[in-house]
Amino acid sequence: MSVLPMKHMIVCAKRQDRKAILEKLQRTEAVEIISREDDESDEVFNRIDVSQSSQLFVKNSAQAERALEVLNSAAPEKSSLLSAFAGRTPITLEEYEANAKKRDKVMRDVNDILKLDKELTEAKADIPRITTQIEALTPWIGLTEPLSFAGTKKTAAFIGTFPELLTEAEIAERLAAAAPDVEALDVNVINSEDNITSVLISCLKTEKDKVDEALRRMNFQRPPVSDLIPSEQLDAYDRELKAAVAKIDSTREAIASYADKREDIKFIADYFRMRAEKYEVLGTLAQTKRTFIIEGFVPEQYAGTLEQDLSQSFDVAVEMLDPEPSEDVPVLLKNGPFAEPVEGIIESYSMPGAGELDPTTPVACFYYILFGMMLSDFAYGAMMSLATFVLIKKMKNMERPMRKTLTMFFYCGLGTMLSGILFGSYFGDAPTVIASTFFGKTLEVPKLIDPLSQPMKMLVLCFAIGIIHLFAGLVINLYTALKQKRYVDAVSDSVLWMLLVAGLLLFGLTTDMVTGMFSLNKISPVAGNIGKIMAVIGAIGIVLMDGRESRNWFKRTLKGLYGLYNVTGYLSDLLSYSRLLALGLATSVISSVFNQMGSMVAGTPVVGVIFFILIFIVGHLLNLAINALGAYVHANRLQYVEFFGKFYNGGGRKFTPFATNTKYIKIQDQ
Amino acid sequence: MGIALALLGAASAALFAGIGSAIGVGRAGQAAAGLVTEDPSQFSRALILQLLPGTQGIYGLLIAFIALSNIGLLGGQVDTGMSVGTGLMYLFACLPMAFVGLVSAMQQSKASVASIGLVAKRPDQFGKSMIFPAMVETYAILALLISILAINGIPR
Repeated sequence: MSVLPMKHMIVCAKRQDRKAILEKLQRTEAVEIISREDDESDEVFNRIDVSQSSQLFVKNSAQAERALEVLNSAAPEKSSLLSAFAGRTPITLEEYEANAKKRDKVMRDVNDILKLDKELTEAKADIPRITTQIEALTPWIGLTEPLSFAGTKKTAAFIGTFPELLTEAEIAERLAAAAPDVEALDVNVINSEDNITSVLISCLKTEKDKVDEALRRMNFQRPPVSDLIPSEQLDAYDRELKAAVAKIDSTREAIASYADKREDIKFIADYFRMRAEKYEVLGTLAQTKRTFIIEGFVPEQYAGTLEQDLSQSFDVAVEMLDPEPSEDVPVLLKNGPFAEPVEGIIESYSMPGAGELDPTTPVACFYYILFGMMLSDFAYGAMMSLATFVLIKKMKNMERPMRKTLTMFFYCGLGTMLSGILFGSYFGDAPTVIASTFFGKTLEVPKLIDPLSQPMKMLVLCFAIGIIHLFAGLVINLYTALKQKRYVDAVSDSVLWMLLVAGLLLFGLTTDMVTGMFSLNKISPVAGNIGKIMAVIGAIGIVLMDGRESRNWFKRTLKGLYGLYNVTGYLSDLLSYSRLLALGLATSVISSVFNQMGSMVAGTPVVGVIFFILIFIVGHLLNLAINALGAYVHANRLQYVEFFGKFYNGGGRKFTPFATNTKYIKIQDQ
Repeated sequence: MGIALALLGAASAALFAGIGSAIGVGRAGQAAAGLVTEDPSQFSRALILQLLPGTQGIYGLLIAFIALSNIGLLGGQVDTGMSVGTGLMYLFACLPMAFVGLVSAMQQSKASVASIGLVAKRPDQFGKSMIFPAMVETYAILALLISILAINGIPR
């Protein structure tokens, strides 16, 4: 349970080795590189500009990702529900080297896939274009002349549409009205539907202009011109459409044929991603003509081996310094298998700040218990632990954060089983219900406390756990202050508060109000008097000490009095633990609702049993899901607000080593 | 008459807390859907934040269930001769859950919506984002506690 001490490493090596050394560091994942801005005035060291090559790698990687997407839409990758837990594929260094040699070939495949994708997009765009043309042509299907037909030697023809439904007679009438002196007119309606009338109008060539003028006033519109007879044109469009569809299919198949290259493309995406990262680091290194310098933070426990490794393989000078107090040293936590899983909980609050203890172990102890009390069902806990255990054992390559989370829920499941036994809850009251509905027997499940019928007793238990939790926080606060030799802080921020709160508790246990409410036995008045004295000492001390940074005595006392007011904070902190009871009851009551629903239908023979089982499975899964979520959220809250409020500030920066931040593969370095 | 008042109490706990949660989960769901359109990988986080205002409905159900089973409406002997006084006691005992459930679920959903916004901008801060809605829930839990204690304290 500790924050790992860090060393400030400085490596000086020959420039020709720099890529090999960087690759070594990248695979070891033990160094956080310190990058410094280029100093113009420095004439010995300078940085090289790597942005171009780094951009090229980023582009290649993005192209490979895009190709994977295209490939996945044409030939979806088989994946199971559990694949989310599977993690990256491990490969050996030899496999890595062998695959890296194929990079140009794979990049050609990637480009081929992207080209095919472009063709596919174009072919897809053709279809709506052709369909629109077909739609525009359909009304003209009865016409035996091409749409570009302008007339014969003596006559002129007008082909077009009116934006309303008209008969031949109506059109002739309107034309006659618009151009009264026209001698000969022939109106043929080709099609009329959707408020559009398609017509062919012929007249003498000599009167063409007059008719044209009249038509324009009647909102006559000409269709797009084509030289083929409409029916022939339509056939041509149909052929085009079929060709486009065939093209789409064949292109899809062509893309799908690359499915066996999928793994190679994944590798290449990661390969370029790694190189891009390496080049970015390369750009931050101080270099001379023949040498370069890497600076970074290394956890002390890896420093020795790393130094040895580097000096064995390369000509290097390695120096391991203790970091200066002014340096922004990153924080890496190290914990045993029991506490390690909740590191994620700490991390999502904040890493320990300078001089702070790693709170992981105490958080872990309380976390499993608090979670367990809120879910509080033996069967639910067993299901959780079993499911996470199987997943962890089955998925060998699972990523560390995921493994940590699942291990945390495994332990939470154990806590849940324990409190399930204490409160006699096995799928709620299922044993009792099943025994009475199916076997006609009364079964009494052994339990320590029945939260539903003895809520006050249960509440006392919750408060007791809360008091232990809060005092643990104060003790850690005390320990941290003592370790940092802040003795005044230790006394005034921890000891005085412990005296006050413990004294008040002792005193409370001698009053009728408290003991009557919780039906507890009164303790002896002597203890109450001791409690009184403790509380008074604590209170006076807090008034005197809480405003100690003020020099003015009046101000200091006022601040002290305000500090004493924080005692209400302890009351609300303590009441907050009643959520243990509330959430525990929620689980057990809802499960008994489902059990009761099941038992209501169980009366009918055969079908009843099936319905009972159905309601049982669905109901309890639902209840488990909802209440596990509640237990998770509120276990976090009790840690973050009540527990951390007593001693923990955080503010540290997480150790982020220079590593292979890949998506698909993980290189194993011996 | 007494039994009707007791039933009114049980029903109002389920009713108001349920309404509050429905409004709350709905409101948070809209924000969650917005987040998932932008970044589908945030689905599980958005879902957790959406569900937070949903617990009041469960607490309401819990109170309703305890009250119903205490007055014998769940498979026991229904006490049709319950006095008006006892009935009123049940009614009043259920009120904290009914009202605090309604209002706290709606207010919690506002915190949830804001937290979903937080996760949208800074996915790494999910742990903290969960705490803000959980703060509001404290009051629903306190109301639940009082309702449970009150119902259990009614002499039978």
